Amino acid sequence: MAELLDTAGRPVVVVTGMGLVTSLGAGKTDNWDKLTAGKSGIRAITRFSTENFKTRVAGTVDFVPVEPLSAPALAERMAEMAIEEALSESAIGRRGVFPGPLFLAVAPIEIEWPQRQELAQASGSNDAIGYDDLLRSAGTGQFRRFHERFLFGSVAYNLADKFGTQGSPISLSTACASGASSIQLGLEAIRRGEAEATLCVATDGSINPESLVRFSLLSALSTQNDPPESASKPFSKNRDGFVMAEGAGALVLESYAHARARGAKILGVIEGCGELADSFHRTRSSPDGKPIIGCIRSAIADAGLEPEDIDYINAHGTGTPENDKMECLGVTSVFGEHAKRLAISSNKSMIGHTLSAAGAVEAIFSLLTLDRQRIPPTINYAVPDPTIALDVVPNVARDAAVRHAISNSFGFGGQNVSLVMGREPRA
Amino acid sequence: MADASRDVWITGIGIVSCLGEGPEAHWRGLNEPTPIVDVKTFAPYAVHPLCRVDFDKQIPKKGDQRQMEPWQRIGTYAAGLALDSAGVKGNSDLLGRMDMIVAAGGGERDWAADGAILTGLPKANDPERFLNERLMSDLRPTLFLAQLSNLLAGNISIVHGVTGSSRTFMGEETAGVDAVRIALQRIRANQSDIALVGGAQNGERKDLLMLYDFGGFGLKGDFHPVWERGSAPGFALASIGAFLVLESRDHAEKRNATPLAKLTQITVASAARQPGAVEASLDKMWGSLGSPDSVVISGATGCEPATSEERSFFKRHSQLAVRATGSHFGHGVEPQFIMNIAVATLAVHYGKLFAPFDPAGVEQSITGPVARAVVTGVGHWRGEGLALVERV
Repeated sequence: MAELLDTAGRPVVVVTGMGLVTSLGAGKTDNWDKLTAGKSGIRAITRFSTENFKTRVAGTVDFVPVEPLSAPALAERMAEMAIEEALSESAIGRRGVFPGPLFLAVAPIEIEWPQRQELAQASGSNDAIGYDDLLRSAGTGQFRRFHERFLFGSVAYNLADKFGTQGSPISLSTACASGASSIQLGLEAIRRGEAEATLCVATDGSINPESLVRFSLLSALSTQNDPPESASKPFSKNRDGFVMAEGAGALVLESYAHARARGAKILGVIEGCGELADSFHRTRSSPDGKPIIGCIRSAIADAGLEPEDIDYINAHGTGTPENDKMECLGVTSVFGEHAKRLAISSNKSMIGHTLSAAGAVEAIFSLLTLDRQRIPPTINYAVPDPTIALDVVPNVARDAAVRHAISNSFGFGGQNVSLVMGREPRA
Repeated sequence: MADASRDVWITGIGIVSCLGEGPEAHWRGLNEPTPIVDVKTFAPYAVHPLCRVDFDKQIPKKGDQRQMEPWQRIGTYAAGLALDSAGVKGNSDLLGRMDMIVAAGGGERDWAADGAILTGLPKANDPERFLNERLMSDLRPTLFLAQLSNLLAGNISIVHGVTGSSRTFMGEETAGVDAVRIALQRIRANQSDIALVGGAQNGERKDLLMLYDFGGFGLKGDFHPVWERGSAPGFALASIGAFLVLESRDHAEKRNATPLAKLTQITVASAARQPGAVEASLDKMWGSLGSPDSVVISGATGCEPATSEERSFFKRHSQLAVRATGSHFGHGVEPQFIMNIAVATLAVHYGKLFAPFDPAGVEQSITGPVARAVVTGVGHWRGEGLALVERV
């Protein structure tokens, strides 16, 4: 019988429920089928005009109706769907009561252009409009709903109320690593005995004109719009940036002891986590790769494993010239000779970069990889980058023996997180 | 907790507000009867403006300063003060493994660009195209980084070299409560040895005043102390920077660091705000702290009904000496709880409490030494938190 404590004497943390929404569809089944078939969720953006934009494609989630549409409203609805799927699978607690805290990775919330325009119109001003006019509209009390909707904590408060999580929900952001940080917070809380179960959720529905412009002005986005499905080209020589996308992932983390006692099905194990911040630059990583190397190493050590135990890396793999080069440097430094034997693929080649949701969505795909013993491909790999000599599982999924997997997330602002996952608790 | 070596000490504080910067300026200001508040610049809103700060002193490179707007500058400045206070500034080995949790909102809009776009939109033939063009041409490319919630932490890593780990919590007042709570629990459980925890606010901005005034939470018109706003409730937004260095006793003793205070416990709740819920939540949390004999540093905002319910709680515990710091330096939202823990730290460190500032009689004078302080953080909309700070 496998031990309830890991090699460091901490409670083993397992996953008993998972839920997903991406541009590929709703639910794990639909997502996994399409992911392993090499299908892309990237399309031309139809939500708003992209005239004059250099980037005109994204992985928007357009099949989730939300009225009125705003980033927090879409993020909240996708998170609800993902949570419902995860809770249904987990069968933990009871309807409306989750026996643990909520950690929610969410994009920073602010009012958007439709709201600003409403406020401007309500001000009745015919001349130059400024914030004094918007303040005047705010002061009428007719826009109370904007306060509630656009507070930073609004999505978390609503989800905590709906699903009955314990205590005060935490809304967190580490940019592109946010989803992984939410899992890390859950892992740590269970390890220190603060909770027997945690609901770790990550969601991002923020594709609107300004957010597209923001990333575009930083030259971070692919401009290879035609065909849309081929814009995201991680590890390719002709990669030119990431593709923005939307989605949500939810995981029920539980101590193995608690899960076993109630006869829950174990879907996988969160074996370890490493994090390390980079002080080099606000958007670029340190050229020597030390923070990424340190992050991956510390995750493997935290899991009580050796580099040779890792068979698969679910890459951060954004498809920017910079990230893929640095991630390769990190991987080859950490794994040495073993780097040639393991497989590394990027889900972002198909679902795009789901930003605040990415770390959780990709952790779920990593757990499915472990469960099904099948590795999703890196699609759009037509022109290999000779400086990235890794097995990127080009274009076609493959069956493989995968014992342990790592999922990397490296965020703007230098916040790096790596998660190590396994199939079942180790004796 | 049986293992005293995992006691969590506060070994550094970095604070800046309308009262000035650092412990002495704040202690002086808290003992002053005159609030420093601006009711003109953002009329009808009352705000507490930042004192004069020479950002060069903590952010030496102009290039770094230019990458930030005031919110991130204030936070990066206060973080530097805290690292100086703890005596760890420049200790790159230690800073390289120091953990960080920041409570953050977001950065300033480009108000001129927003105004120009809103002015032009009604006249544009193709409004969507007009918006796209103006955004592409009017937004400074690095403005996004000055706005991103997790980039305050990012800037602190770059400027001060804090790189052990970096997390950012959002969520108004409870972001501050949970930032300290998670740091405390990680240190206690041996998941961390030393952490920098804090946040900042730029209260002198119309986009933020607007967010809170959608719900009518901004203090307008004449200024009154927090306990006297009943008929015209609201909080006065403040510019504040507040950071703490938290450290295990073991780690602090090994490097001969002197503690300012012990952070004993933090508890947080998120009551559904029915009438009486805040008071009931405070009751429950007070019990879980062991109903300590202590002074109270209250983060009461002046909003209703939360402030009245907190006041009612104090009425039933009339032995407690309460001070609402919102009357002195306003309400910074995300960094507020952390700022008040710093004030509580000063109280137990000096062993005394500053004078009452409240003709309404909620705040009573005390004599006798102060060894224990409880901090309250009742959010204007959601969330309640308590912290127990004790003399070492």
